[in-house]
Amino acid sequence: MSQITIDKACCKGCNICLNACPKKIFVKSKKRNNYGTAMPDVKDPETCVGCRMCERLCPDGAIDVEA
Amino acid sequence: MNKLYEKYIKTESLPTLFCPGCGNGIIQYAAIEAFERLGIREDIACVSGIGCSSWIPCYYKLDVMHTMHGRAIAFAEGLKLAQPNKKIVVFTGDGDCVAIGGNHLLHAAARNIDLTVIMVNNYIYGMTGGQKSPTTPKEARTKTSPFGCIDEPIDSCRLVTSLGASHVARWTTAHPIQLEKAIAEGISHKGFSFIEVLSQCPVQAGKNVYGEKEPSKIMDGYKKGTYVYKGEKEQLAGSSLPDLKDGKIPIGLLHYDPEASEYLERVEAKLKAEGVR
Repeated sequence: MSQITIDKACCKGCNICLNACPKKIFVKSKKRNNYGTAMPDVKDPETCVGCRMCERLCPDGAIDVEA
Repeated sequence: MNKLYEKYIKTESLPTLFCPGCGNGIIQYAAIEAFERLGIREDIACVSGIGCSSWIPCYYKLDVMHTMHGRAIAFAEGLKLAQPNKKIVVFTGDGDCVAIGGNHLLHAAARNIDLTVIMVNNYIYGMTGGQKSPTTPKEARTKTSPFGCIDEPIDSCRLVTSLGASHVARWTTAHPIQLEKAIAEGISHKGFSFIEVLSQCPVQAGKNVYGEKEPSKIMDGYKKGTYVYKGEKEQLAGSSLPDLKDGKIPIGLLHYDPEASEYLERVEAKLKAEGVR
């Protein structure tokens, strides 16, 4: 079980994380980030395997995974 | 915010000026990971020129020099000669490195001076509005080639290898773990190490150059359009660079020659032989 947080101030809504996660934990939502675009939401964080691909592929360092 | 990102980035200057989905952020994080793994934060000095990709080191809490267009490698060479103990990392783009700074790249590679050059190749001049760059593929439509590009693109890895660079690698933004390893290897390597990173510019290049507009789809395209070249590290020294295979671009460690003599060592040897030192 890992704690996944997405920073509203950093996210720009590029949706790379949606495709990067092998377990498809990130889903589209209607929440807005500070940049003004739609940011992803976290669904079923308990299925996370902790590969940290989302951290590496997020261009703005918005995602933090705590194992 | 990511913990490692927070440790190395000036949080007061966030958000970065990169567009959503830009590959520069991925390279920024990969370089941070490499610095963290090597644990040489105090020894790193970053140099960059002008362009979107040259903004990468400007957000680091490290020694950074933001210099003239195309002259990043020239400044880095001077810095290396003045402070030989620093590990110098140059962040540059395809236009900055191959077009405007082409001459400096040629001579730095021929000297085999101990620098790590990370060339972010997005196939276009992104910052100035999407003009054709020397690496733009044939038939790509850009602002300055509206009927399709007719020039042959420059293969920068092949160029620096032919001149004598001793560590040449190519990765893409879709391979962040391998990219981080390549950067760490390049910093540890004594000699000119050149790392080309195929990146994406969804805003300016997008559909016309990659055929896709979504950043994640462009990255998938990179995964499909490349193959990992697996040559033995010992045999890479004298061999020629791998060619395109079924139109796929070779990525990985393409050339490695640990025996090549480094410029500063040659300078020291010459000074000793002449009795100056």
